Amino acid sequence: MIKEISGSDSIIYCLDPRIKIIIAFLFSVMVAVSNRFVVLIAALAIGIVILFFAGIQIKEVFKRLIPVNTLLIFLWLFLPFTFVGEHLFSIGSLTGTREGVLFAFRITIKSNAIMLMLISLIASTPIFTIGHAMHQLGMPKKLVHLFFFTYRYLHVIYKEYARLVNSMKIRGFKPKTDLHTYKSYAHLVGMLLVRGFDRSQRVHNAMICRGFRGKLYSLSSFSISRADIIAFILMAAFILILGILEWIQTT
Amino acid sequence: MHISEGVLSPAILIGGAVVTMAGVAIGLKGVDNKNIPKMGILSAAFFVASLVHVPAGPASVHLILNGLLGLILGWKAFPAILVALGLQALLFQFGGITTLGVNTMNMALPAVICYYLFGWSTKSSIKQSVFITAAFASGFCAVLVSSILVGFSLYLTGEAFLPAAKLIVAAHLPVMIIEGIVTATCILFLKKVRPELLEEINV
Repeated sequence: MIKEISGSDSIIYCLDPRIKIIIAFLFSVMVAVSNRFVVLIAALAIGIVILFFAGIQIKEVFKRLIPVNTLLIFLWLFLPFTFVGEHLFSIGSLTGTREGVLFAFRITIKSNAIMLMLISLIASTPIFTIGHAMHQLGMPKKLVHLFFFTYRYLHVIYKEYARLVNSMKIRGFKPKTDLHTYKSYAHLVGMLLVRGFDRSQRVHNAMICRGFRGKLYSLSSFSISRADIIAFILMAAFILILGILEWIQTT
Repeated sequence: MHISEGVLSPAILIGGAVVTMAGVAIGLKGVDNKNIPKMGILSAAFFVASLVHVPAGPASVHLILNGLLGLILGWKAFPAILVALGLQALLFQFGGITTLGVNTMNMALPAVICYYLFGWSTKSSIKQSVFITAAFASGFCAVLVSSILVGFSLYLTGEAFLPAAKLIVAAHLPVMIIEGIVTATCILFLKKVRPELLEEINV
């Protein structure tokens, strides 16, 4: 099932969501453009420290790092051999180069550092809070709206999907590599869409009945506390240091 | 086909973000409060499709459905896919903040291309055989162009990515065929069961 991470009530969880989004964004951009190992390892270290403060279960974090690292493993199979550079090792007729291995290392650290920050700061925040925070940060209203609707329907459609798959199983459907299987799945998707559309129509009508005019209301209002300011200054300073470290090298 | 954070070069990330922003702006222009719930359904369906695994020989692949989305939504596929990928980044950590632009472009641009190439076929007056062929081509091409775009994003980051990029396109060949069949069957189903779905969103 589709599940969010619960950040309980750690220090990080209580920060203003707008601050968290801005910090995560700046951090991601900074790490994505950096190339020096010192900078990347420092970024990874701070990612781990923040993760510790966020109070998320380590097991959960590892589970969520799997998709990122699957692509990285795929790239590791190629990059050491396709880079031109100093000879490092060889397997059969393939030669691995130092440059290739370093490059693969670099993107591995980058990916994981950014992901740790995303997990501890943003993924642990409730989706609706993120939506309202992004609205206040200037994201177009229609997009925020779509974001809320999509999030709501996600669970509905997924449940409906699970229900339809069960009913297919009960009727003896076994997925195989053949036309019948693909057609059955296509009809399943079609049915999801038809039911979903009917539901969206009902929901929209109900909203209009209740006086909906396209305005978003939030029950919780955001306020910047002293802890928010301190966290922001600390993180901004850290990101700035990363930037300076990177810049010293390139000039 | 999500590209992880930290892999691509800054230039590609910025390029992808700019294309996505433009596409989303164009897509949102035609949106009013009335069709947001419907777009939400399609966006959520795109999200759930990536969790639906269908067998392909010994392995299994997940559905992508960007061709289907393109046929129904046109330019509105951009905001729909952006939101779905954003939620996937938040809920599953597929992709992330800096790659959201590139990943959206790689999925949504083919959808829009398919809309222009094959969108005419969903009109009610078209013969069924032509319609099925066009819908198949739409599902096929959307994945083809997507995988080429993903390959290109990697290749432009560094030439060393070329073999990996080629493999990505080749590995998606069975996916293209499956997507073609699923898109054609699904659109045909929608046309029989609820033809107004294919028409009303894009008026």
